[in-house]
Amino acid sequence: MTSKKIGDVILEVKNISLAFGGVKALSDISFDVREHEIRAIIGPNGAGKSSMLNCINGVYQPQQGAITFKGQTFRHMNSRQVAEMGVARTFQNLALFKGMSVLDNIMTGRNLHMKRNLLWQALRWGPAEREEIAQREKVERIIDFLEIQAYRKTPVGRLPYGLQKRVDLGRALAMEPQVLLLDEPMAGMNVEEKQDMCRFILDVNDEFGTTIVLIEHDMGVVMDISDRVVVLDYGKKIGDGTPDAVRSNDDVISAYLGTSH
Amino acid sequence: MGFFFETLIGGLMAGMLYSLIALGFVLIYKASGVFNFAQGAMVLFAALAMARFAEWIPQWTGLESKLMANVLAFLLAMVVMVLVAYAIEKLALSRLVNQEGITLLMATLGITYFLDGLGQTLFGNDIYKIDVGMPKDPVIVAESLFPGGILLSKEDLYAALIAAALVILLALFFQKTATGRALRAVADDHQAAQSIGIPLSTIWIIVWSVAGFVALVAGIIWGSKLGVQFSLSLVALKALPVVILGGLTSVPGAIIGGLLIGVGEKLSEIYIGPMLGGGIEIWFAYVLALLFLLVRPQGLFGEKIIDRV
Repeated sequence: MTSKKIGDVILEVKNISLAFGGVKALSDISFDVREHEIRAIIGPNGAGKSSMLNCINGVYQPQQGAITFKGQTFRHMNSRQVAEMGVARTFQNLALFKGMSVLDNIMTGRNLHMKRNLLWQALRWGPAEREEIAQREKVERIIDFLEIQAYRKTPVGRLPYGLQKRVDLGRALAMEPQVLLLDEPMAGMNVEEKQDMCRFILDVNDEFGTTIVLIEHDMGVVMDISDRVVVLDYGKKIGDGTPDAVRSNDDVISAYLGTSH
Repeated sequence: MGFFFETLIGGLMAGMLYSLIALGFVLIYKASGVFNFAQGAMVLFAALAMARFAEWIPQWTGLESKLMANVLAFLLAMVVMVLVAYAIEKLALSRLVNQEGITLLMATLGITYFLDGLGQTLFGNDIYKIDVGMPKDPVIVAESLFPGGILLSKEDLYAALIAAALVILLALFFQKTATGRALRAVADDHQAAQSIGIPLSTIWIIVWSVAGFVALVAGIIWGSKLGVQFSLSLVALKALPVVILGGLTSVPGAIIGGLLIGVGEKLSEIYIGPMLGGGIEIWFAYVLALLFLLVRPQGLFGEKIIDRV
């Protein structure tokens, strides 16, 4: 971890405000993410963590603020455009393609890398065939990496939760993203599964140099693996900095433990 | 015995045609979660386009060859169906992303009436015929096995073969190509599909075009059998019990549901009909579907809906 080279700012959100009717989910949030770092967004339930991620991902469109990605500034993002620019994500409540096999699920992640048109694919001949094989190799590497070889052909709906989470990660990795958004990757897992997931996250960051933005409400896990942490509470930013700095921040402590009177 | 088989085979062939229409329903439902009430109207629209183009093309171009005229008419009708798919996506569906199923169903109901009207405005509202050279004469087979053999309609036989080929083609497309994979992905989860960069609008245009293609083939087969007229759009109503029986989410279900209904209709008419005074072919399918809804609401092959609590 120490040898890792953290680069320039790759993603910056500025003064983001998002409201659903009268409910303010986010007010005036700004922070940046540097290349190759693991950046965590933490906060108690309902703090606006997922809303923040959804703004970056283009699922929600904030009423105010701007998002700068790789030097380009956007008022709001659009899901597909974000995917094309190299941002992948996983979901808090799994959003896998349940009827499809593990392999097919991860193959869908290669969609943007497939260039051959429908006709070639339909004929399944020549370039389309070669392309499918090349893509398949990449996917096999991801399957090896996540240690899910044995489940390749199993419909994901039948896998236990912890493994489904891995497939979700695998599908995002298949996009070869520059930035990976993880929405509570460890929610609902047991200790062992959490450790596995931590290891995968660190390995992805380490081996592929992928920038990772990670949401978690379990502080313990986050502090160990992230480089910098943003803390949200009731839609406001109450802390930002290294895990140590955040841990000793009074606002953060009171948000998590409650104030003593 | 020969008569029994004759009825059975007749039923299977009629069933294959029901399957073809049911397939249109299943395709769209699987890929977009929309119950497309307009499938029947699409069949009529496609058949009208085919019939009229086949008539007009020789007039426009002075083409002599009937085969060429039919091929060109088919291609042109397909282009029209793709345009219809494109228009439906742009004007209706893209504005209704993430809406309730019932909203989308109502939208397709609107599309039904619109297509019915537009089809008759563009192509006329007489009875037209499609002649793609389907043989009309029956054949007698298996004479050595049964006295008198089994009488088969060649037309039905061809139609069933075409339908079977189409089904295999679609199954391959869905299971083996990257686009097919993307289609299944969208069917499972819109949001996740978007997050990995699958363009929803393109996928929907493809799905509706495929449904348009299926409607065109169904329209040609039914049209050459019954003539192209407004009642063709009602054939789709027969496909409703088929999808209830087979399951809305299953392609094999659509096929087997269609065959079951086709056979059930014919056999019940012959063997139970006389007891009830006949004419049960008309309602048999619906009663069967009703029974299925009571016992197995997801259909034979549909996904069982289990909600985690």
